[in-house]
Amino acid sequence: MVPVVFEALAKIVFMFLVIMSFVPLLIWAERKGSAFIQDRTGPNRAAILGLRLAGLVHPIADVLKLVFKEDVVPAQRHRVLYAFAPWLVMTVAMSTYAVIPFGDHLRLGGREYQLVVADLEVGLLYVLAVSSLATYGVALGGWASNSKYTFLGALRSAASMISYEITMGLALMGLFLVFGTFRLTELVHQQGDLIWGWLPRWGIVVQPVGFLLFIAAVYAETNRTPFDMTERDSEIVAGYHTEYSSLKFALFFMAEYAHMVIGAALIAALYFGGYQIPWLRRELIEDQAGLLLTGLLAAGALLHGWLASLYFRRARREKGWYRDAREREPGVLGAVALVIGLALLGSLLLRPWSLGAAGASVLATLLQTGFFIAKIACFAWLFIWVRWTVPSFRYDQVMRLGWQILLPVGLVNLVVTALWLAAAHRP
Amino acid sequence: MSYKGLPEVVTRRRRSFWESAYFVEICKGLFVTGRHLVRNLLHTGEMPTVQYPEKRREYGPRFRGRHRLMKRADGSPRCVACMMCSTVCPADCITIVAGEHPDPAIEKFPKTFTIDLLRCVYCGLCEEACPCDAIRMDTGIYEIAADNRESFVVDKEFLLDNDKDGTL
Repeated sequence: MVPVVFEALAKIVFMFLVIMSFVPLLIWAERKGSAFIQDRTGPNRAAILGLRLAGLVHPIADVLKLVFKEDVVPAQRHRVLYAFAPWLVMTVAMSTYAVIPFGDHLRLGGREYQLVVADLEVGLLYVLAVSSLATYGVALGGWASNSKYTFLGALRSAASMISYEITMGLALMGLFLVFGTFRLTELVHQQGDLIWGWLPRWGIVVQPVGFLLFIAAVYAETNRTPFDMTERDSEIVAGYHTEYSSLKFALFFMAEYAHMVIGAALIAALYFGGYQIPWLRRELIEDQAGLLLTGLLAAGALLHGWLASLYFRRARREKGWYRDAREREPGVLGAVALVIGLALLGSLLLRPWSLGAAGASVLATLLQTGFFIAKIACFAWLFIWVRWTVPSFRYDQVMRLGWQILLPVGLVNLVVTALWLAAAHRP
Repeated sequence: MSYKGLPEVVTRRRRSFWESAYFVEICKGLFVTGRHLVRNLLHTGEMPTVQYPEKRREYGPRFRGRHRLMKRADGSPRCVACMMCSTVCPADCITIVAGEHPDPAIEKFPKTFTIDLLRCVYCGLCEEACPCDAIRMDTGIYEIAADNRESFVVDKEFLLDNDKDGTL
């Protein structure tokens, strides 16, 4: 019993750490990415001992500021619900990850560990159920603040949840028809197959329309532009979290980004093969583990060497720009890159090409998990990229799109998928 | 009122199917913003942003910065306390108390000459009005900051000493 608890705890902590490290990175990517898209420089001032890391220190500064800020609360709030709402949003944001598999399995010391916190039979239904719970937090927070703006934001959130949950459900039903399972591990496993021997059997390949529906629904659920009507500044100030400050606001803010990570993880797991590396099946990785590891280490060494050279060149170019600790930054980063590169180069001396079977299994798992995290990062970036490209829809346009366009398209997609499958599997 | 020549009904172009399906248009938009992103990532140094405290913009020679009072060869102020500048000043920020100059050819000199930099609108009318080129705004100083309001009322000695930076 005890090892099982420890196993579950270890997985939960791993997922928690992945998400929690994604959140500040995404805030950074949002600020820096939006700046570059708009021809600005973005945050580049906060520094620790002159190390600015292209603005990565700013999220730390922001968190510190929010923690130490005064918590201003409205006098006429509902005391219990007002304090409870941010925690509810955050908890819900975290709990969706329970069913998302972040790797195939890990073989350690003769035991095999499934790399998913809870391998539920009804994984897809769990995703649908829990992701709509987040709206309760938003609605409660908006109502408990006792302000018109937050109330409107909460109402809009509830309305968009109801409209787009249906689209999301229909899109997932199409996926269910094709793969025949609600179990997410099984679903991702099946996506490792190839159609006609070359095309990965990813969700987007078998359900392209479903993917578009799902991505629209996810954007609406996470309240991101073009569906950001719950917190549209020009209409309702900051929407449901207008009356929140300090740490409670930070929770809402972090939950928003955690939701983005869930959205990205769901898109990656359901439609882009999850942890599956296309054309590189697990058996193949385990077969060629030594070769792969050698190649990876060499590529890493080369990459870090190149980075180091870039940084050293920058250090020479920027000499005399600042006349303070910041001037050392490129040199320090270059030195770090050089040390890592040399360490990777040195690790080639440990004969990585003669990797054993146990090591091969671990390497395959690490590669697949890394690939999944990379996919999450790509889709999280897509969220940011779309936000700084597309203007948001008006409230009525959001409703029209949800009910009059996406819903019928989802139904047609479901029927066509069912007919197609029936035709393909005719006895 | 007639609106001859103007069409009474504004005809809007019907959106094509692909435009109203949004998806293709969004992809086009992503391509546009992505181009900016990549260009700025590859050429970070060519962004229009000026990294202000370290680098400064070059201003034109006619830029009006903080005022200064000019001196004669002997070091005394060139100002003859004629009150032209304080009269023309639209913000009423120049206060001059005139005194009698020992040299009868000069007649008057400013006993005090204070400028309230918080009231000044930097219009440059004072230097236009001055008959003996005693007040100028060519220091190029635009970073004028202090901890309290009193420090912004600068006196004759301060204005005559031309080598100061923005700190009051």
